[in-house]
Amino acid sequence: MELKFILESLLFSAQKPLTARELRDLLTAAAEAEDAAPEAKPFKKVKDADITAALEQLAKDHETAARSYRLACVAECWQFVTQPEFGPWLKALVGAKLRPSRLSAPGLETLAIIAYRQPVTRAEVEQIRGVAVDGVMQTLLERGLVESVGRAEVVGRPNTYGTTELFLEYFGLRSLDELPAADELRKIVVEKPPGLVTADLGLATPPPEQLALANEEKPVASE
Amino acid sequence: MAEYKVKFEVFEGPLDLLLYLIRKEEVDIYEVNLTKLASQFIEYIEMMRVFDLEIAGEFLVMASTLMYIKSRELLPVDQQIVVEGEEEGEDPRWELIRQLVEYKKFKDAAARLQTLEATQENVFPRIPIKPEIEPDTRPKLEVSIFDLLGAVNNILKRIAATRDDGRNIFDDKWTVSEKIEQIIGVLKARENVKFSELFADATSRSEVVCTFLALLELIRLKQLVCRQNDAFDEIEIGRAPVVVAPPVSETAVAATPEAESARHS
Repeated sequence: MELKFILESLLFSAQKPLTARELRDLLTAAAEAEDAAPEAKPFKKVKDADITAALEQLAKDHETAARSYRLACVAECWQFVTQPEFGPWLKALVGAKLRPSRLSAPGLETLAIIAYRQPVTRAEVEQIRGVAVDGVMQTLLERGLVESVGRAEVVGRPNTYGTTELFLEYFGLRSLDELPAADELRKIVVEKPPGLVTADLGLATPPPEQLALANEEKPVASE
Repeated sequence: MAEYKVKFEVFEGPLDLLLYLIRKEEVDIYEVNLTKLASQFIEYIEMMRVFDLEIAGEFLVMASTLMYIKSRELLPVDQQIVVEGEEEGEDPRWELIRQLVEYKKFKDAAARLQTLEATQENVFPRIPIKPEIEPDTRPKLEVSIFDLLGAVNNILKRIAATRDDGRNIFDDKWTVSEKIEQIIGVLKARENVKFSELFADATSRSEVVCTFLALLELIRLKQLVCRQNDAFDEIEIGRAPVVVAPPVSETAVAATPEAESARHS
């Protein structure tokens, strides 16, 4: 019996999304049961990593098959979900999905900063956005998308914030590493361009000669 | 009559307005003419004032930064005052551009999150119906406090043997009330849990003790019951049949000393 198909059958019937570890425990339980079937025994000591690999293979299989549903991993829990294209019909089936209203633009911006920079203090978020975020933070905290994760070791020991598991579920992400462009945004260090582009390439100022010229003319005008 | 004011909400903040102005110029952020941008920004604030819109303080701070940058550039290089402690690296123009670039990246990231949000709205999980299986009606055996103590003793022995040589002293990372929350959390997700599972992640003696005290507390509060399928079976912990739930966390904290003394006896 192939491992991935055993896992498929489990996830097909599971009442809730399952983690690789929970799946492993089920395999062990099946192998250890008093009346365990002989074919269940080989999977007694299967490793988490093997399970994850099998699940990833299974997800790929489903993707290749291009069915109306796929195997998704959200917040490290695996489950079968329908493809978004079929939303219109599923909405008719289950009624409007019980989902809170969409986030506002400031809400999404603030959430993005927290997601990529966590743990982050409120002051740091405000510095990036250039505006106060009190109201928006309150909304995000109330909706359970972010939470206080500790305190920064700076003066005043302000709270630091991070995203919750609900955040991953809300956006359908497997983990924080799956955030779009995570490697780029996690720790942005905008390097100063070599040779001070801002000053030399006509960026902000007229060239120095012009400035000098204007300066020479000035005394004349004032006389 | 109360003064009627329109709140200016088109732009999220000064950085947002600056990005908008830069986009209008159709130039790269790195090549923007900050002097010109400063004039446009101030024009905009002027306009907000004319329309009697509330101008947020952040806009004024930005306006003054821009004015500062502009004023510096009006002076020829050799006459610019070198502010003490301000090195070349702290060019205010660069500071501002850096901030703009960073803000722009997060704005783009927010847009991608929005796409994900919209997609996720159309994704539906498969939720099968729970297969109907006869509940296990075998009478379960009551578990006494001595069985529990025996079980926790085994776990403590295991911990002592494997992880803790007694020489290291750790912070008390856990409190009983935290462990209570944790146990309640586990049992929200599942019908019952094996005794050993509760301690599977414990890394220190004090954590085992905390968890055990939390367990005793919950049993005392009639939140949990312990059962065994057969004598010498592993102890199972389940939710108690529903009675009116007392406010758990407060009582638990107050009752900790009591549980503490139970531990010493």
